Amino acid sequence: MGETSFPKLVSPNPQESAHVEGTMAEPLLEMRNITKTFPGVKALSDVSFEVNKGEIHCLVGENGAGKSTLMKVLSGVYPHGEYTGKIFIEGVEQTFHSIRDSEKAGIAIIYQELALVPEMTVYENIFLTNEIRNGPLIDWNETVKRASEVMKRVGLDVNPAAKIKTLGVGKQQLVEIAKALSRDVKILILDEPTSALNEVDSENLLNLLRDLKANGVTCILISHKLVEVIGIADKVTVLRDGKTISTLNAHAGEVKENVIIKHMVGREIDNIYPKREHIVSDEIMFEVRNWNAYNPALGRKILKDINFHVKKGEIVGISGLMGSGRTELALSIFGNPDKYRVDGELYIKGKKQRFHHPNQAIGAGVAYVTEDRKGDGLILIQDVKQNITIANLRALSKRGVIDFNSEIQAAEQYKQSLNIKTPTIEQKVMNLSGGNQQKVSLGKWLFVKPDILILDEPTRGIDVGAKFEIYTIMNSLVQQGMSIIMISSELPEILGMSDRIYVVSSGSITGEMPVEEATQEKIMNLATN
Amino acid sequence: MSSATTTRGSKPVSFISNIARVLSENVREYGMFIALFAIMIIFTITTEGTFMSSRNIVNLVNQAGYIAVLAVGMTLVIVIRQIDLSVGFLGGFLGAVAAIGMTQWNLPVYIVIPMVLVLGILAGMIIAFLVGQLGIPSFVASLAGWLIYRGAILVVTEATGTIIINDDTFNALGNGFIPEIPGLTFWPEIHKLTLLLGIIGIVMLIFNEIKNRKNKLAYNFDVLPMDVFILKLVFMSVLIGAVTWLLAGYQGLSWTAVVVLVVVAVYNFITTRTVLGRHIYAVGGNPEAAELSGIDVKKITYIVFGSMGMLSALSGMLFASRLRSATTTAGTLWELDAIAAAYVGGVSAAGGVGKVVGSIIGALVMMSLTNGMNLMGIGISYQYMVRGAVLAAAVIFDVATRNRGK
Repeated sequence: MGETSFPKLVSPNPQESAHVEGTMAEPLLEMRNITKTFPGVKALSDVSFEVNKGEIHCLVGENGAGKSTLMKVLSGVYPHGEYTGKIFIEGVEQTFHSIRDSEKAGIAIIYQELALVPEMTVYENIFLTNEIRNGPLIDWNETVKRASEVMKRVGLDVNPAAKIKTLGVGKQQLVEIAKALSRDVKILILDEPTSALNEVDSENLLNLLRDLKANGVTCILISHKLVEVIGIADKVTVLRDGKTISTLNAHAGEVKENVIIKHMVGREIDNIYPKREHIVSDEIMFEVRNWNAYNPALGRKILKDINFHVKKGEIVGISGLMGSGRTELALSIFGNPDKYRVDGELYIKGKKQRFHHPNQAIGAGVAYVTEDRKGDGLILIQDVKQNITIANLRALSKRGVIDFNSEIQAAEQYKQSLNIKTPTIEQKVMNLSGGNQQKVSLGKWLFVKPDILILDEPTRGIDVGAKFEIYTIMNSLVQQGMSIIMISSELPEILGMSDRIYVVSSGSITGEMPVEEATQEKIMNLATN
Repeated sequence: MSSATTTRGSKPVSFISNIARVLSENVREYGMFIALFAIMIIFTITTEGTFMSSRNIVNLVNQAGYIAVLAVGMTLVIVIRQIDLSVGFLGGFLGAVAAIGMTQWNLPVYIVIPMVLVLGILAGMIIAFLVGQLGIPSFVASLAGWLIYRGAILVVTEATGTIIINDDTFNALGNGFIPEIPGLTFWPEIHKLTLLLGIIGIVMLIFNEIKNRKNKLAYNFDVLPMDVFILKLVFMSVLIGAVTWLLAGYQGLSWTAVVVLVVVAVYNFITTRTVLGRHIYAVGGNPEAAELSGIDVKKITYIVFGSMGMLSALSGMLFASRLRSATTTAGTLWELDAIAAAYVGGVSAAGGVGKVVGSIIGALVMMSLTNGMNLMGIGISYQYMVRGAVLAAAVIFDVATRNRGK
C-alpha cells in the first residue's frame, strides 16, 4: 500500500539518509524548553521533546500532566508568543501563529473529539479546507477519486459519498487519518485515539499506524492505555506535572510498564489511593431494578435490564469504556434531564421513587457531579460562592430572598474543608485550575447534603495532588455514612477506591465483583464483551 | 482598609491614585454612568442649558419611560440567551386593547389595566411555550409574534383609525404628576413631596451602601478605599439631589417616572436578592448546568417571557396614555430600541450577564441622544446614524473591557 505516495524516504541530505533506518537521525521534530502558563497554573515547565523520522513516539502521563497542552503548543492552538521555548522541524525553527501554520508545516492532529462535519460526506470532509480546485470551482470528480485512494490507504471501506454521521466512531477516526494523509502530513498526532473504540477497532487502528510507519509516516500517540503503548512504541516520553520525566527507548528495552507507571506517578502506585477502613453496613440505600432506557434522539435503546444497588457507607465503582452507557445510566437516574424513555424501578432507602426532573432527585437525597464540569457542571462566569450554593439556595433563603451572610458562610466552609485554592470566594470559577474547579463542583453537591453521591469521572483532567485530595474527601464522606457511586474509565481508580465494582458494556451490566476479586484484566474483558 | 487613614500626609496623592485605580478596575461598571454624564453635559452646552431645564428633564423621563420598561424585561430575556422581537407591536396592540376597553366596552380603568397586564403575560407565555416546550428558536417564534401583532393592531384600529382615550385617570399615567402633600402652602414654586421623596431616596442609598460595606469588611472582601467610597456617595447623592431639584422645580415627579422607578426597584430586587434571580442568571450562564442543579429551565423561560409580556403591556399603556390615544403605528421599532438599550447597558449576548439598572441607564443614554438632538434641530436621518454609532461604540467598549478582564 502507498507505494507511489512515499518515494522520497531517502532524504537528499546524505548525513541524514545514512541514519534513516536507525534511531540516531537528526530529529524530525524538536521542542526545546517549552514553558506555558495559564492564570494560576504552570501547565508546562521547561519541557523538551524530540521525535525522530519514521518512529511511533508515545506521550504518556496522567491527566493534567501537560500532554494535551504540549500538543496544542505544537499545533499552533497556543500561538507563538503565548509560550516560551523553541520548536524545530527538520532543524528549522518554527513560529506557528495558528493551526493553519502548523498544518502547512506538515503537522496534523487528531483529537479525541473528532473534528468532522456530521452532515457532510466522507470525501467532503477529507478535503475540507484543502479543496481541490479547478479554477474557482471545486473539482468534485478529482476530489472523489483522490478521497477513494486515501481511504484505501487507511483501509476505510465505505462509500465516499456516505455522510459522516452514518459512520461509527472507529470509521470516523479513519476518516480523520485519511484527511491528514491527504495533505502530505509529516507528523501525525493522535490524542487518545482508542479511548472510544472497542477492542477490534483499536487493534485495527494500531495495525494501521504500524503500516503507516513502515511507509515513513512519523506518529505521536497520546495514550493512557499502557498495554497499547508498550505494544507499539519505538519511544515513550513521560510527562508529569508539566515536566519531562524521561524518554524511554523500546529498542534498548527501556519501555516497561512498571517503569512507565513509576515515572508517571512519581511514587509507588498504591500511595495514590489513601487507605480507608472498609466499613459497609447492610442497609441498602439505593437500588435500581430492571432499568431500561431508550434514547429517542438516537432512536435506540441505551440501557438494558440494569440491576444494581449501593449500601450505606459504600463506594461502588462503575467501570466501562466511553460510550458504554455509564453516563446515560447516571443521568437516567438523576431526574432524566435528557428525556430518555425510562422504565424500571428505583428505590431510595427502600422507598420507591420516580424522578421527572433533577430537582426531585436532589430532593430525595441524590447528587450528581457531572463528568464534564465545564460543559454542564459549573457556571464558569459566576463566582465560587454562587456555584457552591446554586443547587441549594432554598437552605439560604427566606420567602425566596437570599440571606447573603449565610451564603458567604456556607461558601467559606466548603472552601476551607475542601481546600479550594482561590484568593476569595468571589473569584470567578473560570479562573481556577481544573482540580479546584472539580472541588467547587464537589462542594456544590456536598452542600445539598446528599445521602447518595454519584461521581462521574471525579478526577478527569486534574493533577495527581488534587486527585489524592479528592480521594481523601471521598473516604471521609463514606465514613460519615454517605454512599458513593463512582463512574470511572480509569481502572486503577476503580480498583483503588471501590468496595464493589460493576462493569458496564453496551448499556448492560456485564459483571459485578467485590474489589478483592477484581483485576484489570477481568474488568477489561467484561467491559469489552 | 484604606490608605487614606494610614498615610495622612500623602492623602491627596493616594486619593487621586485611588480614584484612578477604582475607575480603571471598574471601568465597565462606571463606563455607562460616565457616558450618560458626558452626553448630558455636551447637550447642555450645545443647547445652551435647555437640555438640563426642569421642563426638558421631565419630558425626557416621560419619553424614555415606555422604552425603559421594555428594556428591563428585555434584559432578562437576553440574560437567558433568548430574544423577543414581538414586544413592540404587542405593546402597541395591547395599548389599543386598553383604549377599546375604556372607550367601546366602557370598562373602568382599574379593570382595564390589570386585564391588559394579564393579557401581556399570556402573550409572553405563548412565546415561552414555543421556545421552551417546542424548542423553536426565540428569534423565529417572536418574529412570528411581531407579524401577528402588527396585523392585530391594524385589525382593531381599522374601523376607527386612531382611538381617542378620554379617561383622565388613564391619561395621567403618561402625562400626570404625583399630587402635592395636602395642606402645605409655603414655597409654592417647589413640589414638596417630590423633594421629600428625593431626600428619602438619598438617605436610603447612603444607609444601604454603608451597611453593604460593613458586611463586606466583616468577611474581608475587597471594598472601595474609604475616600473613594465617600466620593462615590457624594457623587450619587448630588446626582439624585440635582434630578430631584430639577423635577421639584417643575411639576414634580411624573407618574411615568414613578412607574419606571417601581419596575426598576422590583426587578433589581428580584435579580440581585432572590433565589428566582439567581436561577435566571444560572440558566443564562450555563443552561445544562442549571438543569442538572435542579433548576427548572422551562419554568424560568415561562417566567422571563411572561414578565416580558407583562412589561410590553405596561409599555403599550404608558405610550397610549402619553398620546391620549391608540394609534395604528404604536409599537414600531420599540423592540429594537429596547434591545439597543439593553446592549448599551452592558448585557452580553452570550448570556448570564447584564443588570437591570444598566439597561435603564442604557435606555436613558439612547433617549437623551434623541431628545438632545431634537433640541439641537438635527434631522432624523442623522439621529439614526448617531444612535447606531453609539450602540456600536458601547458594545465595542464592553467587549474590549471584558477581554481585558481575563
